[in-house]
Amino acid sequence: MASYQNLLTQVQVRGPVETGVHLPQGNDPRLGEPFFLRLAGILGNAQIGPIYLGGLGLLSLLCGFIAFEIIGLNMWASVNWNPAQFIRQLPWLSLQPPGPEYGLQILPPLQAGGWWLIAGFFLTASLILWWVRTYVRAKALGLGTHVAWAFGAAIWLYLVLGFIRPVLMGSWSEAVPFGIFPHLDWVGTFSLRYGNLFYNPFHCLSIAFLYGSTLLFAMHGATILAVSRYGGERELEQITDRGTASERAALFWRWTMGFNATMESIHRWAWWFAVLTPLTGGIGILITGTLVDDWHAWAVAHHYAYSL
Amino acid sequence: MGRRAPMAVLLLRQPPDAELHPHTCGTNTRNEGQVMALLSFERKYRVRGGTLIGGDLFDFWVGPFYVGFFGVTTALFTALGVALIVYGAGQGPTWDPWRISIDPPDVSLGLAMAPVRAGGLWQAVTVCALGAFSSWALREVEIARKLGIGLHVPVAFGFAIFAYFTLEVIRPVLMGAWGYAFPYGIFSHLEWVSSTGYRYLNFHYNPAHMIAVSFFFTTTFALSLHGSLILSAANPGKGEEMKTPEHEDTFFRDLIGYSIGTLGIHRLGLFLALTAVLFSAICIVISGPVWTQGWPEWWNWWRNLPIWS
Repeated sequence: MASYQNLLTQVQVRGPVETGVHLPQGNDPRLGEPFFLRLAGILGNAQIGPIYLGGLGLLSLLCGFIAFEIIGLNMWASVNWNPAQFIRQLPWLSLQPPGPEYGLQILPPLQAGGWWLIAGFFLTASLILWWVRTYVRAKALGLGTHVAWAFGAAIWLYLVLGFIRPVLMGSWSEAVPFGIFPHLDWVGTFSLRYGNLFYNPFHCLSIAFLYGSTLLFAMHGATILAVSRYGGERELEQITDRGTASERAALFWRWTMGFNATMESIHRWAWWFAVLTPLTGGIGILITGTLVDDWHAWAVAHHYAYSL
Repeated sequence: MGRRAPMAVLLLRQPPDAELHPHTCGTNTRNEGQVMALLSFERKYRVRGGTLIGGDLFDFWVGPFYVGFFGVTTALFTALGVALIVYGAGQGPTWDPWRISIDPPDVSLGLAMAPVRAGGLWQAVTVCALGAFSSWALREVEIARKLGIGLHVPVAFGFAIFAYFTLEVIRPVLMGAWGYAFPYGIFSHLEWVSSTGYRYLNFHYNPAHMIAVSFFFTTTFALSLHGSLILSAANPGKGEEMKTPEHEDTFFRDLIGYSIGTLGIHRLGLFLALTAVLFSAICIVISGPVWTQGWPEWWNWWRNLPIWS
């Protein structure tokens, strides 16, 4: 009971830095002199860097920075460039999309949503460039492209919220504002306006996958830590050459609930649960207001809610 | 998959072997059904011991399931709880599984024992649920001890049980009525979440709720990255050889300048998931017992700090 549970690294070993596997010809060099951070070494690897920035990474960061600046400067301008008020009111400040009177106009006046569109453009460009980067980096190392496709699921939800659904509804005003409390207000208002999103079956699915993902990571993380005394965290080795760590991990769940994943298949469960969260969520948003106007009325019509 | 023999090779497929005979080597292969349920490597792990209570009394398996004293109590609590829910459904207006609801007592009954049909059933089901959940966690402890592995899974499950206990017992007790607990039903519990949220105007402004949601999203994000990374190393493109942890570290260092590593990612994942659950419990227990107004107003302390003038 009092035995060591491997929650933190107690003794950190320092070897030479890892410079990484070879890059294919034509790639840029990796940047930065790697160094060790003791604090990081308590939880995971101590080594920081190097990084492969490349043209895509640089461009993505640049676009992200431009979007961040447009949003921040608009917020600052909204408090008459008062620095104290900017910090004081920051959680309430926003950059709002154009009003409904502008429809899908390409560039409304800057102060009336134009900045929102420009910021959205650069943020989207940044995300897509970063997506290409996840794909290209994986290919360069001869890896599968699973990270890119999982990231693609998140971009899908982002595009539904800020682009696809507004286009289908015929107005940028349908999109989400930038801002901490303002985007939460948008979520709350959205649910009220369409008769309570809890009755949206795809919202149900998305939440189930969100909680399911958290449950899976708790189960998986806990299981691997529990068998780490047998080297269970060396998952790739355990996939190809099953050792006692895999066997004990599998038997734990088999004896507990009558079923077990394998060292590889648990990661397929993980991937699908995580990916289906934004995938189903995006579907739920997309059909709200376009196909269904009132989820409570829809639930009454389909016999899973009582009429008020 | 399929790079090696699948794990679920059944013993029955192997040639008859004297060692397969029941009652040898302290194993519990007492009948054909149990042999059927064994994985190819399982038999040597089926040893006695590790129980917390009851000694050898329930130290056996049924099919793939380990029983143990707490398996028996889990089964009893579950059977009773499910039976009560079915009985309650029979008393209610519908058999539609989406709409069956076992409701807690009315707020006017306070913390008293309620009549069976006026919330008493809900109280009994709650006792059964807590009994079953706790038994399940203790059964996990016995299984972990039997396998010689850490107790991380039952401890993690304890966080979930604690969150449930907070919602159904701690908060209602602090507020003085079982009526503040959520009902047992698929859409009725969603309706409870909805109306409880609007009681505080906009629950998104609850700071603990913000932290909990952020951790749920972050956990899912981290899970997708971890699952993706392992799958992408184990399943590279056509003609590529399977990759190593070196490649995992290199990919993440190339991408973001840091790789937390094979052990670290599991510590991080467990931490993120448990923190999400912990703050979920905190965000609901402070709604009512600590803060009774709308959550948007809570933030006025920030706007009214004396430093802004």
